[in-house]
Amino acid sequence: MATLARREARILPGFSLSMGITLLFLCLIVLLPLTGLFWQLAQLGPGDYLRVMGSERVLAALRVTITAAAAATALNGVFGFIIAWVLTRYRFPGRGIADALVDLPFALPTAVAGIALVALYDKSGWLGRILDSMGLQVAYTWWGIVIAMTFTSIPFAVRAIQPAIEELDPAEEAAALTLGASRPQLFLRVLLRPLLPSVLTGVGLSFVRSLGEFGAVIFIAGNMPYETEIASLLILIRLDEFDYPAAAAIAGSLLGLSLVLLVAINMLQHRLQAYLHREG
Amino acid sequence: MLRRFLIGLALAFLGLMVLLPVLAIFTRAFADGAAAYIAAIIEPETLAAIRLTVVAAVIVVPLNIVFGTAAAWLVARYRFWGRRALLILIELPFAMSPIVVGLCFLLIYGAYGPVGAALEPYGIQLMFNLTGIVLVSLFITCPFVMREILPVLMVTGEDEEKAALTLGANGWQIFRHVVLPNISWGLAYGTMLTMARAMGEFGAVSVVSGAIRGRTMTLPLQIELLYNDYNATGAFAAATVLTALALVTLIIRGLLNRFGPAREVHP
Repeated sequence: MATLARREARILPGFSLSMGITLLFLCLIVLLPLTGLFWQLAQLGPGDYLRVMGSERVLAALRVTITAAAAATALNGVFGFIIAWVLTRYRFPGRGIADALVDLPFALPTAVAGIALVALYDKSGWLGRILDSMGLQVAYTWWGIVIAMTFTSIPFAVRAIQPAIEELDPAEEAAALTLGASRPQLFLRVLLRPLLPSVLTGVGLSFVRSLGEFGAVIFIAGNMPYETEIASLLILIRLDEFDYPAAAAIAGSLLGLSLVLLVAINMLQHRLQAYLHREG
Repeated sequence: MLRRFLIGLALAFLGLMVLLPVLAIFTRAFADGAAAYIAAIIEPETLAAIRLTVVAAVIVVPLNIVFGTAAAWLVARYRFWGRRALLILIELPFAMSPIVVGLCFLLIYGAYGPVGAALEPYGIQLMFNLTGIVLVSLFITCPFVMREILPVLMVTGEDEEKAALTLGANGWQIFRHVVLPNISWGLAYGTMLTMARAMGEFGAVSVVSGAIRGRTMTLPLQIELLYNDYNATGAFAAATVLTALALVTLIIRGLLNRFGPAREVHP
């Protein structure tokens, strides 16, 4: 039966060809380079690894990266939800342009985004001038990093939440309202519950993406060690000093964190979906 | 009331966070007038950077079209062991810091890496030149074509392809006359995204390019160089080239949404 099913599934030609191309490409371009990192990490003993990771500067860089990514993700969670909702449910002039703007950070090179944000937020920029008169500074501070990370991860939040909102039935909301549900009840029990898996995915992807952001961040960050230096930049600095083991240790930790998060999001999403289906 | 408030909030956020930075690029590029802008674009080092970036993209894009189409076909049409792992693996470039990507390539293909060291006696060097730039760009852009084609293939299903098969079409004929017309819009957008990202990749390329002025400087690296040299007009003028490419990509996406097939099924 199993062999029959398998043969049935492969009636269409091209299995070996597409499998061959895919595997060859993935091995040379994705898997082999990853092995390079693990190979370097394996040569590094646990003692060396801990010494690199335990240094003040590395810990500070990780703290800056993770807190800024968390702040950017919080912003994108709230505004990503609102944007996804508005784009799906409402028809208004300029909707098409707003929809296209969501994807712009995805298509715009990160270095271009970086200098554009500095042009906007430094003291002579349109927004920087206003902020400066209020005594606030964004460029070259932790807030600058948050702005840059928010910019690059907007599409990940919006595009993950949007399809789920499209699948919601507006009749259920109307029913809840006629049954006397208040606005907060409507939002929490009728809207947020079924959307939770996709909101989680959007927020998670946006966080992982922010952890790894480099080009957009370094122009606006100021890059002061211990204060506004992100982990990716520290890897690059170690690399320029030919300190490959240290670079690999930080890179491995950053990659490990992203992978754990990706797998966790994936599993949690499946669990949540199963749970929500069972509850009905 | 709530409706207007939410629309206002969404538009304000997008305007402030996305539209304004793009306007800032063009304003700064033309701050010293159109003549200064043109002079900055035809500056020899900038032209050399544009040339190198285009050459790299011309190599990367076709390879990724072949890979993306093959991978999407494989995942959409067959069930096999490791299919889920493959899907996660292809998404990996989104989750990785470009600096980590560049480091990985250095560690394996660089002079001290196993592959790089093995090739060195034959005079083959893979990093700090065009090959290095092409390799990391392939990695960074490998999800784009596949991600755009896969949903289309999932939606259209395989009935038409099977019908063609029973009518005696061979593999190439099925691809050319049945599959390709269905995926053409997705393929176009995926190709444009790949091109925009390949030409715009900064972090990974800065690790492996060697950044030799006029020789291995891609356009984003040139932008950084000009910017750090306090040549704002030069940096922003070079940036407008890449911004224009991004805008064309979005226009194609708009056309795809209007004329392309529905695409709402996830693998």
